[in-house]
Amino acid sequence: MNVIVEREKNLAELERAVADLRAKGVGRDEVRALERKYVELRQDIFSKLTPWQRVNMARHPKRPISSDYLATFDAFDELHGDRHFRDDPALIGGFALLRGRRVMVLAQQKGRDTKENIYRNFGMVSPEGYRKAKRLMETASRFGMPIVTFIDTVGADPGIGSEERCQSEAIAACLTALSAARVPIVATIVGEGGSGGALALGLADYLIMPQHSVYSVASPEGCAAILWGDAGRAEEAAERLKLTSDDLSSFGIIDEIVPEPLGGAHRDPVAFIDRVMGSIDAALTRLALRTPQELFAARYDKYRRIGQQRSQIDSAKDTL
Amino acid sequence: MPMPEWLRLRRGKQKQPIEETALWIKCPSCGELLYRKDLEAASSVCMRCGHHFRMNAFDRIDLIVDGDFVEIGSDVLPYDPLQWIDKRPYPLKLATDREKSHLSEAVITGFAALDGFPIALGVMDFHFRGGTMGTVVGERITRLFEEAAARKLPCIVFCASGGARMEEGMLALMQMAKITQAVQRFMDDGNLYVSVLTDPTTGGVSASFGFQADVIVAEARASIGFAGRRVIEQTIRQKLPPNFQTAEFLLEKGHIDMVVARANMRDTLVRILEYTLDRRSAAHAIGAVPELSAQ
Repeated sequence: MNVIVEREKNLAELERAVADLRAKGVGRDEVRALERKYVELRQDIFSKLTPWQRVNMARHPKRPISSDYLATFDAFDELHGDRHFRDDPALIGGFALLRGRRVMVLAQQKGRDTKENIYRNFGMVSPEGYRKAKRLMETASRFGMPIVTFIDTVGADPGIGSEERCQSEAIAACLTALSAARVPIVATIVGEGGSGGALALGLADYLIMPQHSVYSVASPEGCAAILWGDAGRAEEAAERLKLTSDDLSSFGIIDEIVPEPLGGAHRDPVAFIDRVMGSIDAALTRLALRTPQELFAARYDKYRRIGQQRSQIDSAKDTL
Repeated sequence: MPMPEWLRLRRGKQKQPIEETALWIKCPSCGELLYRKDLEAASSVCMRCGHHFRMNAFDRIDLIVDGDFVEIGSDVLPYDPLQWIDKRPYPLKLATDREKSHLSEAVITGFAALDGFPIALGVMDFHFRGGTMGTVVGERITRLFEEAAARKLPCIVFCASGGARMEEGMLALMQMAKITQAVQRFMDDGNLYVSVLTDPTTGGVSASFGFQADVIVAEARASIGFAGRRVIEQTIRQKLPPNFQTAEFLLEKGHIDMVVARANMRDTLVRILEYTLDRRSAAHAIGAVPELSAQ
């Protein structure tokens, strides 16, 4: 069970207890003391979430998902299919208007319930989904439309069919298309970003991360399976992977953290989504000032620097 | 440094390439006992069934190039950005692999001549951290493509990798983006890129520069895919067909250009260079790498 949902249940019980006492007309001081305790407890739980709690927050059943963001666009016309095999419902793409600006949207889509999750393959994109994305990236680049992506996946689909249709090539093609794009690219990690399946939509000029989203080289379960042959040790893996927004900001991998209300984005989804959309809009406004050549050069330099070696930096200093 | 000297130096420090110092080696495919010297003479391919043993980077370079090898990027060395510990601290794992493989990282990059064609060459080695890609592999391969682009040389990369390196977390994953950009620029400038997928090529390496080449060659029987076999089996709870994710499987499904036996690899690469580049330009291009033309 989701550890955040569990905590929320405990808090809800306490909240009910306070309400009951108040209804029964128990002494004011006593109720106040309990209320204070409730507030403190809530603060205590949510103000310093562990990496594993953040993973659970990112997967919270009520957390806003890509379609909630898409619903706030002024207009959206979905474009379907990879022109070869089928339309992948785990990846939604199409023309959109974002606060009056024409953009190409690409989003990994999880489901709200089990039925939709099965239809959306839990947001795990298949090769045909990435090939649809690649096609739309190229269209966007030709027509000067900024590319806006929403990432929310535990990883690319690992099924037999996905291997038969070459998941590797499909992801690689997305990365190439984003590298070559002559338009601004703004990406947002809606919930969780896992591995190359997330990066396929994440090579961007500007990467936004809500405070409690997570982004990692492999899902904690996958990492634990690789390291210890035991996916059950995901919590330990999460501690080590440095997958929180703070960690990634310190590595220079993300460009902006959007703070979430106490208890997570789902506590006030409308205001929160508006805030993220504001950040996306502001980033697009700034990037619109750059020429395609400047964009291309800046994007190259941004990734060129990530993880550069100390030794290399030192030797560069020596030669100066 | 010219190759004979370079290789002698590197090899001198290197112990036996295949499993310690056993005189006889059992083929994991057919069970035949193979005499080490014979196996080495056969480029680590089983004389009975054709099983391709995993090759270390030194032997691979030796097998492919004319004679010289000018290494670049050897000054880029690993560090421990995440302060990672699982069963052992990451720096200790690196030290063990360094000792075992006599490599400083999972890839060797540099310039060489291949039948007179000057080329940029990257060779990954599974014996160092499973060929995983961290910041060093990312930086060395990126530099290789940048240097090759500056000299207008074709680039050949032998892949062998378990994917992105867990111990370097997201910094490892980002190397996919970094290399992709360098490859895209390189190819966009009209340069030839040939990738050779060897056993195994999976995860972040196959999902980036492994499959971004003009020509994708796979070594016979190599295991190639995105998700690991175990991950797939656990996810779908189904047994996988025996040839699943092999070079031959990918050829049949239409994802790679050709499957080549190790014995024919060099000649095949030479022919690819001859088809795509003008043989007459080779002698001229060699000037791009002064160290090579000096010989």
